[in-house]
Parts: sequence; C-alpha cells; structure tokens
Amino acid sequence: MTTDTKSAPRGLALGRLLRWETAVTALLVIVFAGGAGFSPDFANTDNLSFALGDLSEIALIALPMTLLVVCGQVDLSVASVLGLCSALTGKMWDNGMAIETIIPIVLVVGVVCGLVNGLLVTRLGLPSLAVTIGTMTLYRGLAYVVLGTGAISEFPTQYTNMATESIPGTPIPYPIALFAVLAVITAVVLHATGVGRSLFAIGSQEDAAYFAGIRVKRLKLILFVVSGLVAGFAGIVYTLRYGSARADNGLGLELTVIAAVLLGGIDFDGGKGTLGGVIAAVLLIGLLRNLLMLNDVSTEVQSIVTGLLLIISVLTPRLIAVVREAQGRRRGARPAVPAAAP
Amino acid sequence: MSAPGRSTPPTLALVNVSKSFGAVRALQGVTLELHAGEVHALAGENGAGKSTVVKTFAGVHRPDAGEVRVDGEPVTFNGPADAQAAGVAVIYQEPTLFPDLSVAENIFMGRQPRAGLGRIDRRTVHAETAKLFERLGVALDPQQPARGLSIADQQVVEIAKAISRDARVLIMDEPTAALTGQEVARLFNVTRTLREQGCAILFISHRLEEIFEICQRVTTLRDGTYIGTDPVADLTADDLVRRMVGRDLDALYPKQDVTPGEVALKVSRLTREGAFTDISFQVRRGEIVALAGLVGAGRSEVARAIFGVDRWDAGDVEVAGKKLPPGSPTAAMSAGLALVPEDRRQQGLVMDMSIERNMGLTQLRSLRKETARGPLISRKVERSRAADWALRLQLKYARLSDTVGVLSGGNQQKVVLAKWLATEPTVLIVDEPTRGIDVGTKAEVHRLLSELAAQDLAVLMISSDLPEVIGMADRVLVMHEGRLTAEIARADATEESVMAAATGRAGTGKAA
Repeated sequence: MTTDTKSAPRGLALGRLLRWETAVTALLVIVFAGGAGFSPDFANTDNLSFALGDLSEIALIALPMTLLVVCGQVDLSVASVLGLCSALTGKMWDNGMAIETIIPIVLVVGVVCGLVNGLLVTRLGLPSLAVTIGTMTLYRGLAYVVLGTGAISEFPTQYTNMATESIPGTPIPYPIALFAVLAVITAVVLHATGVGRSLFAIGSQEDAAYFAGIRVKRLKLILFVVSGLVAGFAGIVYTLRYGSARADNGLGLELTVIAAVLLGGIDFDGGKGTLGGVIAAVLLIGLLRNLLMLNDVSTEVQSIVTGLLLIISVLTPRLIAVVREAQGRRRGARPAVPAAAP
Repeated sequence: MSAPGRSTPPTLALVNVSKSFGAVRALQGVTLELHAGEVHALAGENGAGKSTVVKTFAGVHRPDAGEVRVDGEPVTFNGPADAQAAGVAVIYQEPTLFPDLSVAENIFMGRQPRAGLGRIDRRTVHAETAKLFERLGVALDPQQPARGLSIADQQVVEIAKAISRDARVLIMDEPTAALTGQEVARLFNVTRTLREQGCAILFISHRLEEIFEICQRVTTLRDGTYIGTDPVADLTADDLVRRMVGRDLDALYPKQDVTPGEVALKVSRLTREGAFTDISFQVRRGEIVALAGLVGAGRSEVARAIFGVDRWDAGDVEVAGKKLPPGSPTAAMSAGLALVPEDRRQQGLVMDMSIERNMGLTQLRSLRKETARGPLISRKVERSRAADWALRLQLKYARLSDTVGVLSGGNQQKVVLAKWLATEPTVLIVDEPTRGIDVGTKAEVHRLLSELAAQDLAVLMISSDLPEVIGMADRVLVMHEGRLTAEIARADATEESVMAAATGRAGTGKAA
C-alpha cells in the first residue's frame, strides 16, 4: 500500500508522515504474524473473514471521518446517527414496511443529521467538536424516542445474509467489499483531485484557503452530509449484521473510528496525513480486537487497548518531533505518498 | 535632568553588535548608545535592521558578536524577562492589553497589591494608577475597561505600565504610525516628561519631521550596517534620507510612465459598517494606484471587501464592467481579481504546503482541465507551471517540493505573487507587498509590479511605506478613518501631502 515512486518527491513533512504510515503497516504485519503464533484459531480464513466483517461500520465511517479530520473538523455524532438509523430501521420494519422502502428513508435521515451538523458549523461558525458533542447526545436521545429500550429483531434473512456473508469464493464480506470500493474513491478524491487539495489547504490554514478562492463552507457542509449519510448506512449494516435494532447500537463507536484515523497518521489539527495510513490503522485495530476476543479478554480491556492506541498515536509524532529537534537534523527520506488504497 | 553627557556611561548600549539569521545578515557592527535624558531616534528603511535592534534590546535576540551593555557593564539577556529586570520596556505600535480588565488592572497585571486573604487591593491599584497618569500628565480613568480605548490611549497605558515597573529605558517602535496629529502631540508631551525625569528613550518612526521634533540624536542603519550617530540639530531632512537610502531612489522605484487604458476596477459608494464609508474610485488598466493612510484607516478592509472576503453593506464593485456579488472570493477570482493579502503567513500561503502546491492552489480548476484526465490533477502540469513562475520571478529555492515555510520572507511573497499572477488577473490588489522584505527583493517586487502595469494590468497597491507609495503610484488615494480624504496625482504626491491627508489635516489634493 506504500509504493514508492521516485518521480514525485515530496516535502519533508510528508516524507515523515509516510514513515509513520509505514510503521503502522509494519505493525499490522507484526500483529498478524504474532497473532498466528498466539492463537491457533487466528490465521484461518473463517476467522479473518469474521474479523473483517466485524470492522464494517468502523471502516465505512472512517472514510468520511478522514476527510473531515484532514480539513480540521471532526464528527463525534456518527455513532449516534448509526444508533438513530438502526432504531428507525427496526421501528419501520416492526410497522410492516418493506426493507426496500426503509433503506432510502433511513439514508435521508442520515443526510439530514449530517446537514444539521454542517449547517451549525458553517452557518453559525461553531466549532465542530462542540456541535457534534451536542448532536451526539441529541441523535442518541432521538433513537430512544423512536425505539425506547427495547429491541427489534427477526429481520428477513435475505438481507441479514447480505450483511454477514462473503462474496462467493472469497473471504471478503459484502460490506467490506463495498468499503474497498469506497476507499479507492476516497483515496483518489483526497490525494489526486482539487477537492482533496482544497481539504488539505483548509486543514492547514483555513484563511489562506479562503483567500485562494476555495469554497471552504460549501466543502465542509458537503463533508458533514456525507459523514451523516455513511453513518446512516452503517446503521443499516449494523442492524442487519447483528439482526437486532436497538437505540444503543454502536454506542462509543465514534471513538474507535477517531482512534483509527489518528493512528493512521491524520493530524488532529488538520492538513496532514494519507488515507492509506487510516486503512492500515483500521485493519490493525480489527486484528487486535479479534486477537483479544479469541483470548477471551473482556470488552473492558479491549476498550483500554483502543484508548492506549489513541494516546500513543497522538503522542508518538510529538515525541518524534522533539527527538528530531534535539538532533537538529534537517533531512529525512522523501519518498512519495501513495494515492491508492488496497 | 541630566543632559546626554559623555561622562556617565550610557544607560543601555549596543557595542559593535552583529546578528545573522541563517544566511541573512540582519545587523553588522552596530553601535547604539542610549543616555539618560535623551530621546534617540533610530532611522532606516524597512529591512534596515531596526526591529532586530529593538528585539536585541528587548532580550528576544542575542547578538552573535558584540555586546549589550547596561550602565557600561556588559550583560547577557537570556530572554525578555532579563531585559525587563534591567529596566528596559518596549512600547509596540499596537499594544496588546486585556480588553476586559480595567486600565489599572492592566497596568498591575501579575503583581497586584494584595489586601487581606490574598484579595487584590483594588483601591491601591486605582490610586497608584491615578498617580502614574498624573506623573505622565494624561487624563485617563483608571477604572475604565481597556476595551474601546484608542490605540493612543493603549500606548499611554503601556507606558504607564513600564514606568510603574521602574523602567529606565523606553523603546518606542513606531508608536505614531496609527495616531492622529493631536494624539501624536500628547504622546510627545508624555515623552518629554519622561525624558526630563531621566529616562533614556529610543524612538522609531518613518516620519522624519517627528524625529526632528522630539529627538536629540539619531542613529542611522542601512541594510543592517551602522551608518552613524549624529546630533539631530546638525542634519537636514535631506541629509537623513541620504543616510538612510544611500542609493539612487530611481533604482528602488522603477516606475515606468504609462498611458492608462480602460477602467478595470470600478468601486462605487462602497460601505461596510464599522470599517469604511462611501468609498468610490477607479483603477484603469496599466495604472498603479496606491491606497495610502494610517494603520487602521480601513484600507485593508476595503481590499478584503472588494475581493469578497468580507461582505459589504452598500455600494457596487465592477471588474471590467461586470458587477461582483458581495462576499464571494470565488466570484471575484473568476471575474479577474487577485488579492495578495496583508498577512502572508496566515492568508497568503499555506505554510505547511510545498511551493508548487501553494502556487497551484488558485488554479485547481485549470490544473484539471488541461489534463483530460477527468477530475484528476496533473502533478506534472502543476510542477512545470510552478517552475515557469519560479524562473520568471527569480525565486530562490532548493526544490519546488520544499514547504514554503523554509523560504525567506521575500521569496514567500514571490510565491504569493506567482500564485495570483498565474490566474491571469485583470486587477491585482497588493496589500503591503513589500512589508518585512529585504531591500533587494523589494526592488524586484517593484520592478515586477511596474512591468505588469506596463502589460496592461490594473494594480491597486495598499502601502504604509510612503517612499514606496510616492515612488510607485500613478495616483495616490488617501484614506482617513474609513473615508477617502484625498486623491493626489503623481506629480503632486509628496510625503507631506500624503501624510497631511492621512492624518486628517486639510487634504492637499482634490477630494475623490
């Protein structure tokens, strides 16, 4: 995922990031190899397929989240949008509506959720962190209004199968196949188009981007809408995958997504990072969670591991910077950054 | 009290000080002695090294060679705190007070007298402040919040703060740049009072008449080198300018004469509440029109509104006959406007991005069209365009993929210019195009602007640098407190006529 093309050398900063990305990828390989030794149930197709499928919602939501964080924003309401959309799916199914009708309605709700976030951020100029903490609670509350504390299950198997089964002849679950397609599109948008360039500029220096004629507000609004849409879709996937619609579905999932984005080398202050790193980080988190589960480690410990990864991913670049400064070194390797996802 | 006698050592001095930043030599062999009871002028063009001197005195920079002396003893300032402890206080052009605290609280910030239980003793704070103001001969209310004070009053507060800390040396870095005539007079009264009380004062100003009015001696710098120190009484204004410039002014301001073409930018009755009112003017193709005025007169605000970064409340902007919608930089760009903004590091460039990507940022659309690869950007085209512009503007760089932050200020400004010239604008607005740029690059920027005008570009140049305004502009528009107060033709433009209009004294040209 980190091919090196000498024809396009980059600046120092990006070269440094690539190394970060390479380190995450290397860690991924080590965990994979180590996991095989650690647990006999790890390195077989069924388990890996399961581990991938278990990542579906995190992986999908991580794509728009990457774009948001690159442009200096964050959407903490994604897990609540997922929960709300899950609750709606269950409620409407319980009322006898067809899944074909439910899906578009739920996606529209996701879009509206994102639109509310985006408008609050762009029209009123509020910080996205504060706005989405607010809507995180709001949307989760709405989910409880829709479904209360109960659960709706018994969804039609033709749909639950779509969410859980793999593409015939491969170990790749359908949602992950969709993720792969979307990841390629996202990577191209972020790293090879004017839109992506604009996002990096906004994240690094919003004023300068605005002064250069980039439509800052419009781009941010679109990103929040896409984030809502994808989170809504993830709500449907989640519901069908577990065969259960609950208002508290996906509780706390936004933190795992953000952990993956930061671990993937996207700077929380915006303007730096690559999608390749995020994909590697998503996979790394998936493998770690799977390994911990296979070894019967409790979910509490699993969340401790996620938290530690988050802290390490924020801390390490600062430490590296401090060490580099101390050494007073100016030159790093300057290989290219890949534009393509796996 | 004591005249600048040579028997006592100077209160604060630089002796043979040199200082470099990377390859740039900011100061070379500079000697500057401030005696108790004198107001000492530091003269030099922008980039001559004045601010490096100020920062060396303030403990921000340490000299590479030479000494800083306090009362004749060599000292090392390891930071601003050391300089403060030695009695050095710097009054900046635009002070930074805590807006929500009272004037008195600002003065005693961090060392408030305590009453019982560790509470701040407000009564003492206010009484002490009143005493300070009395000593300075100014009428300010100690209990008034700092928010809403004029810049002149804020400076007085800063001076009072310095005096309350027993400062013996006051460094005033262009304190009058943003003041009106009356405010300058009051500041000078305060300055004289302090001088009589035995302070040593370093005074920096671009306005020569002020140097002659308030200072006893003047030290001149040129390109970082020490030219000399003279009693002000021995010099004429022309002598001083010759010392500061030391070269042919024509080379620095190579403005070609042009015959203006059709109107490219037409601004009619433009108003933005709280910023500027009823601004009307035109810029023709081939013309360089300067927009002069004091800091805070609303010049940059006009430029921002024209370009759409800010909205306007009333009026019209037309570019080549087409009306612009308010508040849209994107629309302004496609109409053929370009703005090189005042704040290069915040607004002009994305500092973390490479040179080539910064240059490409205004052309994301055209970089796409040329490639026939759908929405994808061609890095090859981006790079070759950047290389062309780098060559044309004689950019000094190692690699186009280097982040723009590693370039010198002058070269960064060239990147901003390239980024905008690449959009092939009809009207180029440049806001302080040469601020903080070394003299050599400054001349290059001037030559470039002159060439561009000769190629039919309409240029609106905002500048606080009077020689630049007079040397470059075909016409000078002057703003004062949000209004256009004068329009002065090239032939009639002098520092005096521009300054008179900028400070609100009777306009010498006809009203615009």
